[in-house]
Amino acid sequence: MTSTIDRTGSGDSTPAGAAAATDNGPAKPKSGGFTAAASNYLEDRTSISGVVKEFGRKIFPDHWSFMLGEVALYSFVVIILSGTFLTFFFQASMVETHYDGAFVPMKGVEMSAAMESALHISFDVRGGLLVRQIHHWAALLFIAAIGLHMLRVFFTGAFRKPRELNWVIGFLLFVLAMAEGFTGYSLPDDLLSGNGLRIIDGLIKGIPVIGTWTSFLLFGGEFPGTAIVGRLYTLHILLLPAILVAFLALHLVFVIVHKHTQYAGAGRTNNNVVGYPILPVYAAKAGGFFFLVFGVIALMASFFTINPIWNYGPYDPSPVSAGTQPDWYIGFADGALRLIPPGWEFVWLDHTWSINIIVPVIALVGLLAAVAAYPFIEGWVTGDKREHHILDRPRNAPTRTAIGAAGVTFYAGLWAAASSDLMATHFQLSIEGVIHTIQAWVVLGPFLAFFVTKRVCIALMKKDREIVLHGFESGRIVRLPGGEYIEVHEQVDDYERWRLVDYEVYEPIMLRPNAKGQITPGMRFRSRVSRWFFEDRIAPAQQQELESGHGHHGTHGDGTDHSLEEGPGLTKP
Amino acid sequence: MAHDEVSGHDSAASDSSAVETSRAASTGTAVIASDVVNPGEPPHRKRVTDLDPKKAKHAQRTVYTLFYLSIAGSIFALAAYMAFPIEDGDIAAIRLNNLFIGVGSALALFGIGLGAVHWGKALMADKEGIDERHPIRGTQATRDRAVEIFHEADQESGFGRRTLIRNSLIGALVAFPLPGLVLFRGWAPQDEDPVELLSHTMWKKGSRLTLDPSGIPVKASDVTIGSVFHIIPEGLNERHDLLEQKAKAAVLLMRLNPDDLTISPGREDWSYDGIVAYSKICTHVGCPVALYEQQTHHLLCPCHQSTFDVTKECEVIFGPAKRPLPQLPIEVDSEGYLVARSDFNEPVGPSFWERS
Repeated sequence: MTSTIDRTGSGDSTPAGAAAATDNGPAKPKSGGFTAAASNYLEDRTSISGVVKEFGRKIFPDHWSFMLGEVALYSFVVIILSGTFLTFFFQASMVETHYDGAFVPMKGVEMSAAMESALHISFDVRGGLLVRQIHHWAALLFIAAIGLHMLRVFFTGAFRKPRELNWVIGFLLFVLAMAEGFTGYSLPDDLLSGNGLRIIDGLIKGIPVIGTWTSFLLFGGEFPGTAIVGRLYTLHILLLPAILVAFLALHLVFVIVHKHTQYAGAGRTNNNVVGYPILPVYAAKAGGFFFLVFGVIALMASFFTINPIWNYGPYDPSPVSAGTQPDWYIGFADGALRLIPPGWEFVWLDHTWSINIIVPVIALVGLLAAVAAYPFIEGWVTGDKREHHILDRPRNAPTRTAIGAAGVTFYAGLWAAASSDLMATHFQLSIEGVIHTIQAWVVLGPFLAFFVTKRVCIALMKKDREIVLHGFESGRIVRLPGGEYIEVHEQVDDYERWRLVDYEVYEPIMLRPNAKGQITPGMRFRSRVSRWFFEDRIAPAQQQELESGHGHHGTHGDGTDHSLEEGPGLTKP
Repeated sequence: MAHDEVSGHDSAASDSSAVETSRAASTGTAVIASDVVNPGEPPHRKRVTDLDPKKAKHAQRTVYTLFYLSIAGSIFALAAYMAFPIEDGDIAAIRLNNLFIGVGSALALFGIGLGAVHWGKALMADKEGIDERHPIRGTQATRDRAVEIFHEADQESGFGRRTLIRNSLIGALVAFPLPGLVLFRGWAPQDEDPVELLSHTMWKKGSRLTLDPSGIPVKASDVTIGSVFHIIPEGLNERHDLLEQKAKAAVLLMRLNPDDLTISPGREDWSYDGIVAYSKICTHVGCPVALYEQQTHHLLCPCHQSTFDVTKECEVIFGPAKRPLPQLPIEVDSEGYLVARSDFNEPVGPSFWERS
């Protein structure tokens, strides 16, 4: 491959091109024309054929849930495109001006240059409002897609070795996306975003020791000052995007290095990837999907108003409208502030301790930290050092799924609290009643969700096992000679059966002395956590059971829990 | 039974055993997997476009039609740009401009997207491929060589040996960013003290209470029972630091039946005939407490629903705030206008560390 200099037409772009690159040169002296010449030119200077050879036919598995990350990626591209357009018009300045644009109701109103230019984009630049709304909708979709993508990765166990670090990178992308969202939201300097900044200011001031000065530095003096919009702008269009793009690139490099995970299925193993090649099928589908995502965002921006700053007016510390809410992804933070009961603040040692700020901040940071750390926690509990490339069905990892459900319930409670006033007014409830209900939900809900989810998962595993061993209900009722009615069960085919049995369950760690003959408290703790994780489990059906299983009619499921020593553990007939 | 009996105590004890290929990696704890045999790839099912040339032709037609539709969408968007200009101040024109450029662009995007996806799904070769996976860690030879390179580099540079050089370098690297960090002190003015600023507002003895935002002074006789006024201090609108001052000085003025007010000792002369003035800035995180329920005499913050009872000197009756809204002592001047007796007697707005 290195020494044939006399190739002339090796770079045509047909699928056969990759093969042709090695030996077809002299055979077709006139093929290709410009494309071939251009490819050769590039190749002679970049050795890009190596990249094509490596990645052109790389296999990607197919599943709808794998598209969530793609949605995030594509909406980010849309954000970059639309945001770049906006920077050509936006003035990140808080200099006071009097509005003199096309929008009559605001004429003569005193506002900052930032607000004025945002209105200018909306009302004086043709298509400007469209791009502004594309930018905002794309941002909302970006964070939503990241969130769903994270849930997919979590509930299928895709974060397990070797992907723990990529989970952390993805987590950082999530946090960066929220930071991008908030900084962008604050730029127009309208009444709503100004109140958002006011809350951030109050939040920062409540932090012990450093709060006052942090706020003072951030705002360049007293709130609101004249510096914050310019500073957030630098963060929003320079610093945060640069970091985000770097981590995004790293995230994708890791996807290539690790190769994508796949769901269990016939023909799929932990050592292969089954799917379609990048060229041409995946490129067509994924490339087309970018345009579909962009199209959906464009439609939303055409039909649905988002962030009508002209209704809010410029920022002023005095007015505020009822029913103020942040963009959805900040809701959980705003809700956390709302849920604190009265009186959580005291003076001690001549300083003010704002527990009503500190507790929600700790709760939020703790929630995020738990998300970031989860792969390492589960890895420690299982002690599993193997690579995992086959995804779990959520039901087959009941404790993990239940933990996830508890986390989602907690988040949802905080998020719902951000709309507590709207719920109260729309459903004619008292605000106190709504808040107290959500407080109970946030505290008790995760436990309930954990319990219910775990039981549901185990029930589903039992059902799968039942189907594997005894087939599925065919809907055909047969009357036996004795008068008894039975429903005929039909066996699933080999491929479906494989999909149902291709999973593993862990047994809890047995507490045994280590090499020194000791049992340390750490080992004891880990063994206890391991028992909590894996005590309840349903083992996949074994071949032997399949063979003897037909006609087995005992009540299934009994004794399948706590089957410590019986291995796959069905009750013996 | 497919037990891989490599239990937890092993992995705890084998932390030091560096040689461990990924095939033989520890499962940590016993794992139960099924011993049912993987039946292999299911037989390939051909698509209708593979079986029926007519369907393939139809699909081809659909794909290029979509691409042409996309071009039509782009042209439509261009035409809309010109056909729907924004007339000065006409909201309807802005709406049409937004709608039609957007719909045209969306059509252009959907045409490409649907066409490409349909092409990929219906016409491109429907052949699944299989890639082998390899352990993520490199081969032992590569790993050994990497270790060797670090070792050689250490030998050749003397990094581990010449500790004085190494440690002084580490020290220099730690120290050099410090001046850069200190520069960020410039984010806030050098000559201002936040605690001092947060402790005072522009209210002072004799400042007239004026309407927000017009700045018209308010007479006590204008304030009828049950009414509420949004108040700013006299002269605020002329300040260059208007917003910073307003963020501290905004006040709500209400008149209640004097019998409804509970007045604590020392505050007897802070109100005037049932007229009371309280800071509008929430003691939680600083939103304006702008909602007054006239019947219950409650003030509600729309941000986090802290609720203050005006009859009880604005103490918190619900929500995350702790401290009552600070009261502005007021009186009436010789012309009958409401004026402040002094500044607030405590810092207004959100709590901060140095506040006590």
